[in-house]
Amino acid sequence: MSGSTKTVVQPDNFVFTSENAEAANVEIAKYPEGWQESAVMPLLDLAQRQHDGWLPRAAMDTVAGMLGMAPIRVYEVATFYTMYNLGPVGKNHVQVCTNLPCLLRGSDAIVGACKESLGLEMGETSEDGQFTLSVAECLGACANAPMMQIGDDYYEDLDAESTKAILGALKGGQTPKPGSQSGRHSSEPAGGLTCLKEINYGAGK
Amino acid sequence: MPKLTIDGIEVEVEPGLTILQACEQMGIEIPRFCFHERLSIAGNCRMCLVHMERAPKPIASCAMPVGEGMVIETNTPEVRQMRKGVMEFLLINHPLDCPICDQGGECDLQDQAMGYGHDRSRYADNKRAVKDKDLGPLIETMMTRCIHCTRCIRFATEIAGVQELGATGRGEHMEVGTYVEKALTSELSGNMIDLCPVGALTSKPYAFTARSWELKKTESIDVLDAVGSNIRVDTRGAEVMRILPRLNEEVNEEWISDKTRFACDGLKRQRLDQPYVRRDGKLTPATWDEAFAAVAKRLKGIDGKKVAALAGDLADCESMMALKDLMTALGSPHFDCRQDGAKLDPTVRAGYLFNSTIAGIEHADACLLIGTNPRLEAPVLNSRLRKRFLMRNFPIAVVGTGDDLTYDYDHLGDDVEVLKSLANGRHKFAKVMKRAEKAMLILGQGALARPDGGGILSLARDIAEACSLVNDKIGWNGFNVLHTAAARVGGLDLGFVPAGKGRDTKAILDGAGKGAVDVVYLLGADEIDMDRLGEAFVIYQGHHGDAGAHRADVILPGAAYTEKNATYVNTEGRVQRTRLAAFPPGEAREDWTIIRALSAILECPLAFDDARMLRARMVETNAAFINVDEVAPAAWKPFGGNGELGTSALSSPIENFYMTDPISRASVTMAKCSDLLPGAEKDKTGTDG
Repeated sequence: MSGSTKTVVQPDNFVFTSENAEAANVEIAKYPEGWQESAVMPLLDLAQRQHDGWLPRAAMDTVAGMLGMAPIRVYEVATFYTMYNLGPVGKNHVQVCTNLPCLLRGSDAIVGACKESLGLEMGETSEDGQFTLSVAECLGACANAPMMQIGDDYYEDLDAESTKAILGALKGGQTPKPGSQSGRHSSEPAGGLTCLKEINYGAGK
Repeated sequence: MPKLTIDGIEVEVEPGLTILQACEQMGIEIPRFCFHERLSIAGNCRMCLVHMERAPKPIASCAMPVGEGMVIETNTPEVRQMRKGVMEFLLINHPLDCPICDQGGECDLQDQAMGYGHDRSRYADNKRAVKDKDLGPLIETMMTRCIHCTRCIRFATEIAGVQELGATGRGEHMEVGTYVEKALTSELSGNMIDLCPVGALTSKPYAFTARSWELKKTESIDVLDAVGSNIRVDTRGAEVMRILPRLNEEVNEEWISDKTRFACDGLKRQRLDQPYVRRDGKLTPATWDEAFAAVAKRLKGIDGKKVAALAGDLADCESMMALKDLMTALGSPHFDCRQDGAKLDPTVRAGYLFNSTIAGIEHADACLLIGTNPRLEAPVLNSRLRKRFLMRNFPIAVVGTGDDLTYDYDHLGDDVEVLKSLANGRHKFAKVMKRAEKAMLILGQGALARPDGGGILSLARDIAEACSLVNDKIGWNGFNVLHTAAARVGGLDLGFVPAGKGRDTKAILDGAGKGAVDVVYLLGADEIDMDRLGEAFVIYQGHHGDAGAHRADVILPGAAYTEKNATYVNTEGRVQRTRLAAFPPGEAREDWTIIRALSAILECPLAFDDARMLRARMVETNAAFINVDEVAPAAWKPFGGNGELGTSALSSPIENFYMTDPISRASVTMAKCSDLLPGAEKDKTGTDG
């Protein structure tokens, strides 16, 4: 859904690279005969990764052809999910969650920090093609709100500073550490463990 | 049979029904937008909510199957409140532009808002606006009005068999459309206009021309193909404003083809509204007396054997009966209703009917199509084939061109050799049909209207015998001829075919070219090669200034199918009547009355003075005309023809679905549709448009 289709220059055709074609066949083979349509989402994802992070119409038509689906059925899927971009996006696609839990935990500040740091408004792509900033609906990491997704990685427990630090690192060509930025492991209690402190339930015990 | 209680009344209904259907059987009407009897259940409008005992929340009655012991309440204050809530949501983004909406007056949303709407909105935000889609020259869109019931999407996918419509951006930004802008490629697309419960999809040609309450509604029959779809003709004054389908489960269910629906603007153009006589090589307007006098002068003293008559595709039974009697009175045996030269055998009724009946397709379990493209020749019948195909276990094979028919089939080939191997039972598909209990074959005019048509007819009969398509024990006859002309079966039933050694269409044309036939009476026959008429004196009786009228020496203006009470027999052999919806324009008259009047001038008055006597004469000729609207099985007897089998490929006679007869050729809407057909562009000249 993300990415505007209005002014997009669509390529005339799209062909899977041989590795991706092979990967696509592996996905298709996961489903029983007659149910190949089920592979539409992984194939669209492969196509998007191959095509600089966005899905041109030709790619959707190619996928439709491979799965024996009507093209409109593929368009329906691709326009529904935010993870498919229907227009060009920057190398780093910054998606900030603004749904209720993140909003309550201060996502406004994260949005503000992103805008300030990147000099972009929502839905815009930087001129050098490095960053695209967009709003995302709930990404399912509410326990670590507020959060944003950049590329395939989640950055959680954000505040304005950590957001700026992450974006700064990306600008410098580094890959910041994904996950919680407050130092806690996964979604453990923010103030450290409150119970079950003594017993270690680790492997072999 | 589950027993349940609905509004305090205990009922027993068929298992598998939904609660909504059970309510309907009891006469309780449940409001709905997305539910439609002939489409799959979507359950997304939520208007049909009812209360079920012990259910934690209201249930959508359209999607809930009936169960034993259910207690349903459909009309409590809570239920009404829930529906009001749904209606309020639906109206959040619906523009209240009913005064400028074509659906106004026949809109489900408008009607139901009367029952469940609030008097004011609680939403102050701007309404959502959606860009209108261009779906071609037939469907006008106003997508802001769309309430996302998805009926059109389901119709396109399921009934029409063209997966072109979809819901993109599902969620807050959902839009119904084709995503990539294009015109719909279905011959049934107009039905989406009827299905749309709001004014999102409306008729483009009819846009802003009339309101539903100012139209006079006349129940009639379509004649633009041989299906005989039941229609309603809406007129204002003398003008046909639109044509809508009428429910007939036996024939067209509730669908009609786009040609049936949209060709009606052709009724206003190119009309013959007064008689013409050719004087000094030029057609000049004349009075009826002058036109009749010109005919009488030419026929005076002529040998009846030098007079011939051809009936066209839109001729009604009354006029064909009258013309046949007139020709007989004049002493001519030369008349034919098969203007395409199809080698149909008129002696055995089962040999030229769609014996399985259209509704019977649903009981068939294998099908062979020979030289036909039902999608173009009879789209509504094709939708039955598709319906049967979707029920599964229905192998279909085609001998002919491998066109897209909206269902899967085995393409066996396109020549006569395949038919031979089917007839001797050795072909793989012959075995499939033999195993099937109720197999059927459909023989198209493309296979019959060729020099070896008679041989193919015999071959098709052999296939029917070899594969046991006819089984009297279970009352099944799987031999079917699919006609393309509404007049054909009627003409054959009335014996409008050469008497004795009379000339058939080809011989009439040959005779006219050589001077053996001096006078040719064309009863709406336009699809013949006019150049072959040679020096013959041509009398053209019809309603449109088409090919026949251009060649004519005398033109007798007749009535179109919406302007007369006339009998037609569809491809199944079902006798149906059109009703007069508007009077013929100008001097034009009902067709049989013209022939009756002419017979008096020619001093051989026909033996009937009114329609009742004429219809009695028709019944006398063929008892099939007694039962109107019904189909009587025809006896299976030997029939066939001869003709050396050729080697050319079998194909459908129709290339351009949108232009097959004088009415659709005169229609602007049909011309616009034709322009969108693949290959239409290259035929255009620089002066086009």
